Amino acid sequence: MLAGATLVADHSGALWWPGERVLAVADLHFEKGSAYAAKGTALLPPYDTRATIDRLEDAIRRRAPRHVICMGDSFHDGAAASRLSNGDRARLSTLARGRDWLWLAGNHDPAPPSGLGGRVMAETRIGPLVFRHQASADTLPAGEVSGHFHPKAVLSVRGRSIGGRCFAADARRLVLPAFGSYAGGLNVLDPAIARLFAAKFRVHVLARERVHTLASSRLLPP
Amino acid sequence: MTSPSGGRGAVLPARFQAWFRNRGWTPHAYQLAMFDAPERAALLIAPTGGGKTLAGFLPSLVALADTPEDSKPALHTLYISPLRALAVDVRRNLETPVAEMGLHIRVEARTGDTPASRRARQREKPPHILMTTPESLALLLSYEDSDRLFGSLSTVIVDEVHSLAGTKRGDLLSLGLARLRALAPNGRRIGLSATVARPAELAAWLSPTAEAKDVRTIEGGNRRPAEISILVPEARIPWAGHMALYAMPEVYQAIKKGGTTLVFVNTRAQAELVFQELWDLNEDGLAIALHHGSLAVEQRRKVEAAMAKGVLKAVVCTSSLDLGIDWGAVDLVIQVGAPKGATRLVQRIGRSNHRPDLPSRAILVPGNRFEFLECQAAIEAVAAKELDGTPPHPGGLDILAQHLLGRACAGPFDADDFYREVTRAGPYRELPRRDFDEVLSFVESGGYALRAYDRFKRLRRLEDGRYAVSSPAELRRYRMNVGTIVDAPMVRVKLKRGATLGEIEEYFVQGLTAGDTFVFAGRMLQYEGMRETTAIVTPGKGEEPKVPAYMGGRLPLTTELATRVRGLLARPDAWKRLSPEVAEWLRIQRWRSVMPPRDGLLVETFPRGRKHFLVAYCFEGRNAHQTLGMLLTKRMERAGLKPLGFVATDYVLAVWSLRPARDMQALFDQDMLGDDLEDWLADSSMLKRTFRTVAVIAGLIERRHPGEEKTRRQVTFGSDLIYDVLRKHEPDHLLLRATRQDAARGLTDVRRLADMLTRVQGRIVHRDLDRISPLAVPVLLEIGRESVHGAAVDELFVEAAEELIEEAMGEAAIQGALL
Repeated sequence: MLAGATLVADHSGALWWPGERVLAVADLHFEKGSAYAAKGTALLPPYDTRATIDRLEDAIRRRAPRHVICMGDSFHDGAAASRLSNGDRARLSTLARGRDWLWLAGNHDPAPPSGLGGRVMAETRIGPLVFRHQASADTLPAGEVSGHFHPKAVLSVRGRSIGGRCFAADARRLVLPAFGSYAGGLNVLDPAIARLFAAKFRVHVLARERVHTLASSRLLPP
Repeated sequence: MTSPSGGRGAVLPARFQAWFRNRGWTPHAYQLAMFDAPERAALLIAPTGGGKTLAGFLPSLVALADTPEDSKPALHTLYISPLRALAVDVRRNLETPVAEMGLHIRVEARTGDTPASRRARQREKPPHILMTTPESLALLLSYEDSDRLFGSLSTVIVDEVHSLAGTKRGDLLSLGLARLRALAPNGRRIGLSATVARPAELAAWLSPTAEAKDVRTIEGGNRRPAEISILVPEARIPWAGHMALYAMPEVYQAIKKGGTTLVFVNTRAQAELVFQELWDLNEDGLAIALHHGSLAVEQRRKVEAAMAKGVLKAVVCTSSLDLGIDWGAVDLVIQVGAPKGATRLVQRIGRSNHRPDLPSRAILVPGNRFEFLECQAAIEAVAAKELDGTPPHPGGLDILAQHLLGRACAGPFDADDFYREVTRAGPYRELPRRDFDEVLSFVESGGYALRAYDRFKRLRRLEDGRYAVSSPAELRRYRMNVGTIVDAPMVRVKLKRGATLGEIEEYFVQGLTAGDTFVFAGRMLQYEGMRETTAIVTPGKGEEPKVPAYMGGRLPLTTELATRVRGLLARPDAWKRLSPEVAEWLRIQRWRSVMPPRDGLLVETFPRGRKHFLVAYCFEGRNAHQTLGMLLTKRMERAGLKPLGFVATDYVLAVWSLRPARDMQALFDQDMLGDDLEDWLADSSMLKRTFRTVAVIAGLIERRHPGEEKTRRQVTFGSDLIYDVLRKHEPDHLLLRATRQDAARGLTDVRRLADMLTRVQGRIVHRDLDRISPLAVPVLLEIGRESVHGAAVDELFVEAAEELIEEAMGEAAIQGALL
C-alpha cells in the first residue's frame, strides 16, 4: 500500500498497479553493451537490449497493462536509440502500440527519443501517485514512485551472504530495482538510498521465481 | 655431493672442477648429463635440494664463462619460476658460484615487484641471465622490441615444471615458450621438476615440438625410500571432522623430539586451528611459526627468513610452502589431515631432505577414520611408486585469447603463421583451426554471432592481411590484465589501532556481522565492521569461534588413491595394518552390512528418525559427489521420494528423503548426465564463478586492481549479468564453451562422475538395512556442520526468506509480493 494504492512487486522487477492497470519499470539502460563497445571499454555480449525487451514483453503479456511507464534511464546514452537493432526497434514499437506508453526523462536520457512511439515526459501523476526518475530530496506528501538508484539487498544466512535486486519502500515512497539486463546494483543500505527512507523500511527482493519481503534491519550494510 | 671429487666432471672446465672440489662436492651424474643431451630440450626430474637448480644453470654458466666479454650475447639465459620469491631466491643463490669462480656474468631478477626504473633498464641493457615469472614473461613478449630482447637467447630454464603443466598458468607459459622459440629458433629448453606420475606427459608439455620424443628426460637423485608412519593417538580416532586436533599432544611431542619440522595441513583454516592448538600446548616455548597464503607478505617473509636461518623448531603451513625455496634443514614432515594424493604426499615428504644419506621421514595424522584408510593407502602407493595426477587437458581458449592479444601488441602477425606457432605448444597441439579462428574473432570483435561490434574492432587488418591492434589503448589494457590468476576479491584484515594481519576472501567477510568471532592469523578475532576496503577486527574472546572456517584450498581425493582405498576396504587380510580401532570398525561393517566392492558401488538405505537415508560409497572426491547429490535429489524429487537434503564428503554421498528409494539401477543411471546436468549446471553459481575467471582471463572484463576499488556509491555490474545474457542468447559462445570445459574438471568434476557411473553400471550392490551401518556414521555426522556450498545457495535464499517472511512483515508472497 502506498498512499492508498495497492501495488504488486512483480518478480521481473516491474511494479504492477492493478487498480489503474499501470506497469512501471525503471532503468532499462538499453544498449549499455554497445555503449561499452563504442567507448572501447569492453566487447560485452550485444544481447542486453534483446534480453531486457524479452523480460518486459513477458511482464506485459502476463499483466496486460493499460499504461506502461518507463521511469527514466531507459536508454544508456544519447546515441543508444540510434544503435538499436531494427528487430529490437520493431518490437518496442509493437509493445507501445495500443496502450498508453510513457518515457520519463532520466539522467542518462534527459531527452528520450520520440520516434519509438509513446509520449515523453519529465514526470507523471496518476491518482495519488507521482512517478519520476529520481526521488525528490524534499519531504513530500506520501506517494512517490521512482527508480535511478538500482537498489539491491544483501543478507547473511548461515555465514553466507546472498542477495538480489530489490524494491525499497516505506509509507511515503517506493524505489524500483533496475530492470535492464546489464544494470548493476547498489546496496540499499548505502546512505544514498537509505536516507530517502524512514529508519525502518521494507525491501522486496527478487529471487528466481518469486519476491521475498524483508525488513531493512535484516540486511547487511555495504 | 659429500665425497671428494674423483675423475667425474671432466666435461666441466677446470675452473668449475676446482670450485666443486673447494666446496667438497662431486658433481652429480645428472648435473653432468645436462651437458650431453643432444636434444633441443631436457627435463630433469629430481627431488628438491641436492643441486637440481644448479644443474639447470651449469651449461649456461660454462658457456658464458668460456665466452670473451666483448662477444657475450645480450640475454643468454632466461629462468622462469612459478613463484616471485623463488626467482629472487635463485638469483641470490646463483651469485655464490658466479662470485666464487670470478665469472663476469650479470644475473638479475624481474618480477612484478621490480621497480619500473630497473625494468626499463633491463630492456635497454639486458643481463646475461634473467630470472622471471610466467606473467612477467608474457609482459616482456608483448613489447614491440621483444624480438630484439629475446633474439640472442640460447637457453630457457623452467623451474617446478610439475606445478605449472596442467594449469592455466602452464597454458600461458607454454604459449610464451612457443613465442620464444619463434624469436630464437636455436634456443635450448631445460625443465626442472619434482617427481611426477607421468614424466612423458611433462616432457610433451616442455617439448618445443609438443612431442615427448624430442626431449631428453634425466632422472636424478634417487633417494632411499621414505620412512612414513601413521600417528596412532592416545585418544580415539574421531568418526568425522578433518582438523585432527585430537592428536595435537602427540604432534607436539613429535616436534619436540624431532629436529626442524614442517607441519603441512590442507587448508588455511586448518593451519590456523592447528597452530593455535600447538601454541596452547607449547609449555617448552618452542619456536613454532605459521605460514599460509592469506597472511601479510611481510609476515610470511619473516617466517621464511627465520626458517632459512634455522632458528625455528617448526612451521605450520599450507601448500604455500609446497614449492620452491629450499630450506635445506628440514628433518621431519608431519602431514595433518589426509594427503589426498600420493604425488602430493611424495613432494611434501621430499621437503625433509636434511641428510641425503638418510631417508626422508614423515608422520601422517589422519583427521578421522576414513582419512586413516586414506593415509594407509597413500603409504602403500608411495611404497609401490605409484603416483597420481590429473592427465593433461587441452589448453584453455581463454588463455589463448589473452596470448593472442599480447601477440598483436608486439606487432602485426599472420594468422596462419601464428596458428602453426600455437600448435607447437604442448597443451595446444591438437587445437582445431576452427577454435583458433573463433578465438581470433573473439579478440577482434567479441566473436558474437550478431555482428554488432564490427564498427568497434580491437584488431585491424593490414593490407597484407596481417592483424594489428587497432589502438594503443589495447596495449595498456593487455598489460593491466595479463595473467591467469583471478583471485576471489580479497579484503585486508586489520586490528583496530593495530597491524594489518593479512587478507581474507571478500565473500567470507560479507557473511559476517559485527560481533562475530573467527580465527585468523593465529588468533581469535572479533569482526567490527568495514572501513573502506579493510575489515576492522579486535581481539576476540571465547573458546570457539562463532563463524567456522572459511573454505578454499581443499583438494579432492585423487582417482588413484580412491581406487587404493576401495582396494583396502575389499581386502580384510590387509586390515591388520590399520589401527585396532579402525580395523574393528570395518569388521563390524562387514557383519552388519557388506564392504564396498573394489569396482562396483555399494549403496545402503536405512530409516532413521522419520527420514529415509541413502548412502552411496562412491569415493570420487567431494566435488563429484556434490554434483551427484544435486542430480540425485532432482531425480528423487521427480520420482516423488521427497528428498530433503544431502551431504557430500570425499568418500561418500548421503541423501535423505521422506520416502525410501528402491530402484538403485534406475536412480544411478548414466542418463542423469543429460538434460538434468545441463539444467543444473546452467543455473549453478559454480559455473558463474568459473565464467568470471574465464571472462577476466580472456579479456572480456577487466580485473580489479588493488587500490582502484570502486567507490562505494558506484553501482556494481557483475559478470553474472553478462553470463545470464550470453547463456540465453548465444549458448555456444567461445567463453561459455571454455567455462563448461573448466567446470567439468574443476568444481563440478563432471568428468570423474561420468567415469564412475560408467564403471558401476550393472555392479551396484544395494543393501536395505534396518538401521545405520558403521561406515555410514561419519557422513551422517557431517550433516549440519558442512558449510553450504555453491549451488545450494539458491535454496538457502528461499529457506532464509521463508524463515524471515513472518518475522518481517507477514505479508503474502505469491507470484509477486503485495507491497
